[in-house]
Amino acid sequence: MDAELRQIEAETLGEIEAARGDREALQALQVRVLGRKGLLTQRLRAIALLPPEKRPEAGREANRVKERLLAAFAAALRACEEAAPASGRLDVTLPGRMEPRGRLHPITRVTEEICAIFSRMGFERVEGPEVETDYYNFEALNIPKNHPARDMQDTFFVSADVVLRTHTSPLQVRTMERRRPPVRVIAPGRVFRRDSDQTHTPMFHQVEGLWVDEGVSFGDLKGTLTAFVQRMFDEETRLRFRPSFFPFTEPSAEVDILCVICRGAGCRVCKGTGWLEILGSGMVHPAVFENVGYDPARVSGFAFGLGVERVAMLKYGIDDLRRFFENDLRFLSQF
Amino acid sequence: MKISLSWLSEYTPIRRSPQEIAEGLTRAGIAVDAVTDRFQALERVRVGRVVDFAPHPASARLRVCRVAAGGEGLRTIVCGAPNLRAGMLAPLALPGAVLSDGTVVAEASVRGVPSAGMLCSAAELGLGTDRGGLLELADGLPEGEPLNRALGLSDPVLELDLTPNRGDCLSLIGVAREVAAFQGTRLRLPRVRLAESDPPAAERAAVTIEAPEACPRYAARVVEGVAVGPSPFWLQERLLSVGMRPINNIVDVTNFVMLECGQPLHAFDLDRLEEQRIVVRPARAGERFVTLDGKERTLEEGMLLICDGRKPVAVAGVMGGINSEIGEATRRVLIESACFEASGIRRTSKRLGLPTEASRRFEKGVDPTGTVRAADRAAQLMVQVAGGRVARGVIDVRPRPWRPRPIRLDLERTARFLGAGFPRAKVRRLLKSIAFEVAPGPSRRELEVTPPPFRPDVARPEDLAEEIARLAGYDTIPVTFPTLPAAGVRPLAREETRRRVRGVLNGLGFSEVITYSFIDAGDGERMRFAAEDPRRRGLTLLNPIAEDQAVLRTSLWPGLLHTLRFNLDQQNRRVKIFEVGKVFLPRAGQELPEEPERLAGLWSGPRGILSWHERETPCDFYDLKGALEALADALHVEELRFEALPDAACTATRPGRSARVLAGERLLGVAGELHPRVQAAFDLKAEAFVFEFDLEALEEAVVGPRHRLRVLRFPAAVRDLTVILDAAVEAREVLAALRDSGPPWMEGAFLIDVFAGPPIPPGQRSLTFRISYRSEERTLEDAAVNAAHAEMTARVLQRFGGRLPG
Repeated sequence: MDAELRQIEAETLGEIEAARGDREALQALQVRVLGRKGLLTQRLRAIALLPPEKRPEAGREANRVKERLLAAFAAALRACEEAAPASGRLDVTLPGRMEPRGRLHPITRVTEEICAIFSRMGFERVEGPEVETDYYNFEALNIPKNHPARDMQDTFFVSADVVLRTHTSPLQVRTMERRRPPVRVIAPGRVFRRDSDQTHTPMFHQVEGLWVDEGVSFGDLKGTLTAFVQRMFDEETRLRFRPSFFPFTEPSAEVDILCVICRGAGCRVCKGTGWLEILGSGMVHPAVFENVGYDPARVSGFAFGLGVERVAMLKYGIDDLRRFFENDLRFLSQF
Repeated sequence: MKISLSWLSEYTPIRRSPQEIAEGLTRAGIAVDAVTDRFQALERVRVGRVVDFAPHPASARLRVCRVAAGGEGLRTIVCGAPNLRAGMLAPLALPGAVLSDGTVVAEASVRGVPSAGMLCSAAELGLGTDRGGLLELADGLPEGEPLNRALGLSDPVLELDLTPNRGDCLSLIGVAREVAAFQGTRLRLPRVRLAESDPPAAERAAVTIEAPEACPRYAARVVEGVAVGPSPFWLQERLLSVGMRPINNIVDVTNFVMLECGQPLHAFDLDRLEEQRIVVRPARAGERFVTLDGKERTLEEGMLLICDGRKPVAVAGVMGGINSEIGEATRRVLIESACFEASGIRRTSKRLGLPTEASRRFEKGVDPTGTVRAADRAAQLMVQVAGGRVARGVIDVRPRPWRPRPIRLDLERTARFLGAGFPRAKVRRLLKSIAFEVAPGPSRRELEVTPPPFRPDVARPEDLAEEIARLAGYDTIPVTFPTLPAAGVRPLAREETRRRVRGVLNGLGFSEVITYSFIDAGDGERMRFAAEDPRRRGLTLLNPIAEDQAVLRTSLWPGLLHTLRFNLDQQNRRVKIFEVGKVFLPRAGQELPEEPERLAGLWSGPRGILSWHERETPCDFYDLKGALEALADALHVEELRFEALPDAACTATRPGRSARVLAGERLLGVAGELHPRVQAAFDLKAEAFVFEFDLEALEEAVVGPRHRLRVLRFPAAVRDLTVILDAAVEAREVLAALRDSGPPWMEGAFLIDVFAGPPIPPGQRSLTFRISYRSEERTLEDAAVNAAHAEMTARVLQRFGGRLPG
């Protein structure tokens, strides 16, 4: 009896081992050994026929074998289940349940990036009205009425003395009126010019910067803007500072960067010049300081303004300005 | 301003390539937009050989020629030139070629015979004055070769993009001065030598200035015995080279001198000036005058007129009049070379809508000391090209002579300002190279600098710093960094709010849009905003660019709806968008409007993306509401409430499907389904759910994260409760009643089912709540929970008159 039981045990364990990973074979084997008419089941029934004095020991042994085999089957079947679930095998290539994330408008994205760079340089963010008085938009910035410099910015009028701001520069004046030096601010926002064609939209975005303190120099302007451009694009980007004219800065400088597309070889984007005009800047004009009650003999500073759309176009390779305000979701979903 | 390099080389030798000159000027602050070649236009003109010709069937004068111009076959050309002969070489302008007067040659039918181009005279190509016949080309030129190459013609032209401060560079001499400065060459001014004869000019004419503020100086010369006719070729060519059309020899001379030295001149027919005198006086309001372009102009007070003894003859500094125009019969010329005050000329030219070459220069300021020299130069050239005699002397009236304004330049301060020091000798050399006078100052570190009269833009030491820096080159100034205190920077609260709002809405699937701040004047009505609603009274632009961009927005909705419409047209069916931006509300008695910032959003189309998980269903009010609840939750806005918006208050949104959104008692804004009539007014083919919040209100409703809940360790007991109530009872009331009537250890109540329909009678609905109970002290016993649950149920039924199901 014992020998028979041990033989069943050994053979079954061997067969379990052989059927490892084959769920159906294991299940069939389990029925063959432990089923109602299984080998072991029949052995167990046979114990009842033994003489009473032999039954307890045979019973113990039979039960031990049964437990051992049940455990072995369970372990082998669990291993099958773990390797591959019996039911609900998934097609993992079916799409998941997803709500696509919305996107930031590319202008917001780039504005945030610009402001973040300047914020790390210690510039504080300020904001101001989009509908401005003639005084803040022009007069205080040394652009008197009937000055040819007014032609540089085609203006929307709300009334004779109220305009849609044509640049973010009024924030220079508004900020300096409220604070004493040192002043170090960045002012992003919408601006408006009466111009609409392939390369102009009547509304666009600028970021204005201003740093005023004792002893701020034109060299500092160059350094700050060089650092900005190299953080915004890459460390290899070369800059060119070119004399220009803004009524509210003196000296004034237009900043060009070596074309990020062709690296100066000349292409469609830079119109073959190898350079891209990217921002206007200069040392704050003494007349502007006088208008806000600063003493130009004691303080100096620089200001700059940069077009966000221009940067976004370069950064993302967008070739048509008008895409920004059409808001086609297929366009927006890329950012 | 266009600058021909061949003309420029009259005033300083050109030592560098056109590209290098352009680069040098750009680095000096005179931006060069483009370098072109003025003979480039001849690229489309070919050397043609007239093979033979036949009479034109419909015209005795015209002939039909066959012309060989290289390439395939012969071209048929209609031509009426008297000197046409078989075998001759002549320029053939192909279709697309641009002639000197600006006309574009096209393939055309000339009285019934097609002509594939045009045989040209010298004048038509800007190569001479002869327009009487074809330009005969020398034998041996290669047939079909572009004419500019065949004749070796090239003249680079720089197109300058001048900044308004550099009026001096609106002249060849001004630009030559800058080129000479960076090339290190000498500036050569034209020599003016006049043979004068009696009688003196003062006996022939007189000048009176009645407006000395507006006219600081007026110089006049008289030339007698001129013969008006076409200019010689050299003069015409100069004008053409910078894009100006020749008119006649007298007018051409005035234009030539203006281009050369920047001083606008005017030539009057002296015999048409009554009493042979000039009076400079202010215009009277309503005075009428016909300018040279043949238009009658109505003048305004403050404008300046040039008059003769009786009547106006020119709008000063802008344009002359027809009544004193130079014509074929003109024999005696009065040359005007005057200075006018810049802003007055600008105002006049703007008001009259008449920008001219003269006004462009006057409004930027012309050399107040250059008037006599320019008049002399013009007189000299007139005698040269039109004959006649120059009357002795200049009439020169100058009520306000120019005075030099020296500037004291502190070299140490300049070095600190620029971040780079320049030696005294170098500063002297740089400034002198552009005609500034430099004298020693009171101390070693100072200089006394006098800008030349043609540089009124230089008035302060900072202006001199720019001149020094640009002449030395901005790239010579080292890059430095200002020092920054380590105090850190405070973030802007509003921007933090925007950033969070954008992030949460992005996460909920809404994309950000940016729409124009101006909207269509009809959008307020399309939105159904009530007549007394301030949103109907947006500020109107005085000079909008288009009708649909004429009013400043008072709500972000119109922009979102136009965006929806655009996207639907593009077959983008699922539109989930939002915008953060200002609206503009006029304030009584205030110059500037209020600019509150709004947050608005829109959801239209399916709830989810196209998917195999569930059938596509349209989004609804509760999708939008859920998004707003999630937004409030993420922002830490507490006590968010939706209140039914009374039907009478539903304008843009649909009655019965609109809500006021509040945080506690603070109104945030409105959310709801777009009113079907608004949908129709914006021509939208899909429903939309919209909201608009005031961003400041939202920001103020933010409580911020705080720790106040104790996390309890004992297990919760959960019971469901279904009640059948009148459908008009709002869920919010029932929830509030549950909270009020539950035991202190009631943890929360959630609405998990709403059902209307059989077997529930019409007008009623069932609400099912899942209620959880949890004590902070012990595990709750079933009996206690059941008792409390039953009591709460009874109270709610009693309060709302409902019943339990079954």
